[in-house]
Amino acid sequence: MADEKVIEKLKELWTKYEEIDGKFDEEMDPVFKEPYYPGVAEKLFNPDKPMENRITDIGPPYFRQFLPPIIKKNYGKWVSHEIIQPGVLKYESETGDVIYVVRCGTPRLETTDYIREICDIADKYCDGYVRWTTRNNIEFHVDSEEKLKALIEDLKNRKHPNGSYKFPIGGTGASVSNIVHTQGWIHCHTPAIDASGVVKSIMDELFEYFGSHKLPAKTRLALACCLNMCGAVHCSDIAIVGIHRKPPMVEDDRIQHVCEIPLAIAACPLGAIKPATVEIDGQKKKTVRVNAERCMFCGNCYTMCPAMPIADGEGDGIAIVVGGKVTNRISPPKFSRVVIPFIPNEPPRWPTAVKWIKHILEVYSQHANKYERVGDWIERIGWEKFFELTDIPFTEKSIDDYRLAYTTYRTSTHFKFTKHIEIK
Amino acid sequence: MSEIKKHDTPMVDQLKSGPWPSFVDDIYSYGEKHKKQCAFDLMGQLELSYKHKETHWKHGGIVGVFGYGGGVIGRYSDQQEKFPSIWAFHTIRVHHPAGKWYHTAALRKLCDMWDHRGSGFVNFHGSTGDMVLLGTTTEQLEPVFFDLTHQFHWDLGGSGSNLRSPACCMGKSRCEWALFDTQEIDYELTMHFQDELHRPAFPYKFKFKFSGCPLDCVAAIARADLSFIGTWIDEIQIDQEAVKAYVNGELKPNAGAFSDRDWGPFDIKKEVIDLCPTKCMHWDEKEQKLYINNKDCVRCMHCIAVMPKALKPGKDRGVSILIGAKSVILEGAQLSTLLIPFMRLEPPYDDVKELVYKIWDYWMEVGKNRERVGELIQRIGLNRFIVDVMGMKPIPQHVRIPRNDPYIFWREEEVPGGWKRDIKEFRKRHPA
Repeated sequence: MADEKVIEKLKELWTKYEEIDGKFDEEMDPVFKEPYYPGVAEKLFNPDKPMENRITDIGPPYFRQFLPPIIKKNYGKWVSHEIIQPGVLKYESETGDVIYVVRCGTPRLETTDYIREICDIADKYCDGYVRWTTRNNIEFHVDSEEKLKALIEDLKNRKHPNGSYKFPIGGTGASVSNIVHTQGWIHCHTPAIDASGVVKSIMDELFEYFGSHKLPAKTRLALACCLNMCGAVHCSDIAIVGIHRKPPMVEDDRIQHVCEIPLAIAACPLGAIKPATVEIDGQKKKTVRVNAERCMFCGNCYTMCPAMPIADGEGDGIAIVVGGKVTNRISPPKFSRVVIPFIPNEPPRWPTAVKWIKHILEVYSQHANKYERVGDWIERIGWEKFFELTDIPFTEKSIDDYRLAYTTYRTSTHFKFTKHIEIK
Repeated sequence: MSEIKKHDTPMVDQLKSGPWPSFVDDIYSYGEKHKKQCAFDLMGQLELSYKHKETHWKHGGIVGVFGYGGGVIGRYSDQQEKFPSIWAFHTIRVHHPAGKWYHTAALRKLCDMWDHRGSGFVNFHGSTGDMVLLGTTTEQLEPVFFDLTHQFHWDLGGSGSNLRSPACCMGKSRCEWALFDTQEIDYELTMHFQDELHRPAFPYKFKFKFSGCPLDCVAAIARADLSFIGTWIDEIQIDQEAVKAYVNGELKPNAGAFSDRDWGPFDIKKEVIDLCPTKCMHWDEKEQKLYINNKDCVRCMHCIAVMPKALKPGKDRGVSILIGAKSVILEGAQLSTLLIPFMRLEPPYDDVKELVYKIWDYWMEVGKNRERVGELIQRIGLNRFIVDVMGMKPIPQHVRIPRNDPYIFWREEEVPGGWKRDIKEFRKRHPA
């Protein structure tokens, strides 16, 4: 089709969209039936008149147009669910309808070819509908046991060239579900650690726990590659967070040109950054000085100011936090706590971090009661017992000294005698 | 097309093995098939990061599309000579549909667009919820935006100091515990607040998250500045026959979530009654009947999750609204604090919108640069926020425990005679 014709067609479709304010429900927006036209944007966008043909503030497509018919029919009418095997759920509606769901892990970082393969599967078994979960799992929906069997068989046989599963089935019930994580070295500018490589290394090692229900409760893992914590590390059962250990450097010759110095100073939560003036080649330059004694290596200054780089191959690494959760089930939501303050970056497989995570998971699995999340188990037995059972060395680094630290001190005589107490 | 240049990536290659899906295999296969240099350059730069144990992406970069202050994040390689095809490799956030349902017609078309305009690499999804398109040049940003809006009727998500793309659980589309329509309110508020989503005018980011029940599958209480969590006000619905079926072992506890380990026969006393946080349940062995003292129930969902075919949340449903969750930067992590214990929701959610404007007006006026609303509440005090800012009545539900110090900021008008006193009169009664 000639570009002019295409533009005309697109205008027609836009009018249709506007008529119902984008609320496509029974029918999907017909714009998706059109193929992608690669050359049209250049015709529509005029750099000299940037507002010409510009459509703004339309939000995402109305979600109902992407719901499978059976989901739409039973919207709000589901009465119960059952996990018939790890990764496979069955839902029953008050209308008598039944739907089966197969949940698969993904690496989150993927290519359009991987998405197309998901589309191939969804087209073959699910009339083209597919859903993602909040933990980067995919869910395929089918309406019969025959389709379910064929789908599972198909998914099991799809592998990457070097043998990894493309769509491992699991992530339900008392399992380790997919790891919520961030970009790391693949695409972020402030990370202390990689993300995708660490996650791949952990999930390879914990693979059997993804596709089974043998833990005391669901166990949620997360990874954030720096303290900005784009992943929900602060409320996860077991989590990894990238940390720095060297104060930022200051580029005296560059800082006043690339940073708003007052913002860099204000960025420090501990007031460790002070304004300063230096002379470079006979010229006075505005800069800052960092009180290294006060620095807690949060990296917020670098987020605000590119002339204060903080990352360092030897300084950076992993902290492991445990015992957090989000759900209100049984006990209130709680924060994860630092138990291993530092493990060096060990690409490509991070063996020390992986070893500790697996160890913590297995000690928990061995000792916790049914339904007990990691944090609930630790609260029952006491943190001193947790350190004893896991053999994680307790250091001063696990004693809080930031805001509200006092609320974490032990202000009672309730404690257990563990190997940590040396009696003379 | 020029010849593809490959790099040695011995460390990165080690991530091809093992059972978990390998992003390295995926990216290399894609690069070979589509003859795309950026696949090889991205893996080459990752290898260099594995060697140096440091990122090779430069700090930031201000790019975007005309009229928007968010949705695009600038990214430049600091190894542009070695890896020229990824010298500029910007991120585009595309607003996900509520509940993350898709049809392949839309997904395939998006893939075609992204192969043409960008790297072909994506995140499904970013942590906030958006689809993330990873890697394109500045010249492609406007064409991508024009493609998205004209050929998909699809908009960018939020980034920077604005409303971020709201997120919700799958809600009524597939879950029997959805106590309000998470997807509908997500969509309605997303559309209503488009200006705030695209044009940064806030002190910092602001997030809405909607979870249909207190199990909170989208982590609203941990990650949203305003958290909406479904709840109910009346009695848990009990099907006594189904309870018996669980007790007799005819139904699998927790819908089969513990199937691969022998935990012994189901014990309702041990697994439900004793684990109830308020001990508001009783199982009468003789009568074979379950009793719940609903007045003492805090709606934690445990009993319902263990016996989903026997117990259901009550019928009078709404949301609890909590405020102020965030991660550690800067003042430490915060969970959301209960603001409104119960609100019934009706489209178009005018009372919610009114509440949101009230919070934003105050935060935009007094919030400091990069101060989340939760940190602002800490700074001014929850009591002042509830009473002075929100004009609400303080109730015991707002706190876990009352304060232990009597350092109360009394207001002058609360004290008879006010604060103006005469020292001479005082000395007449009390000579110095």
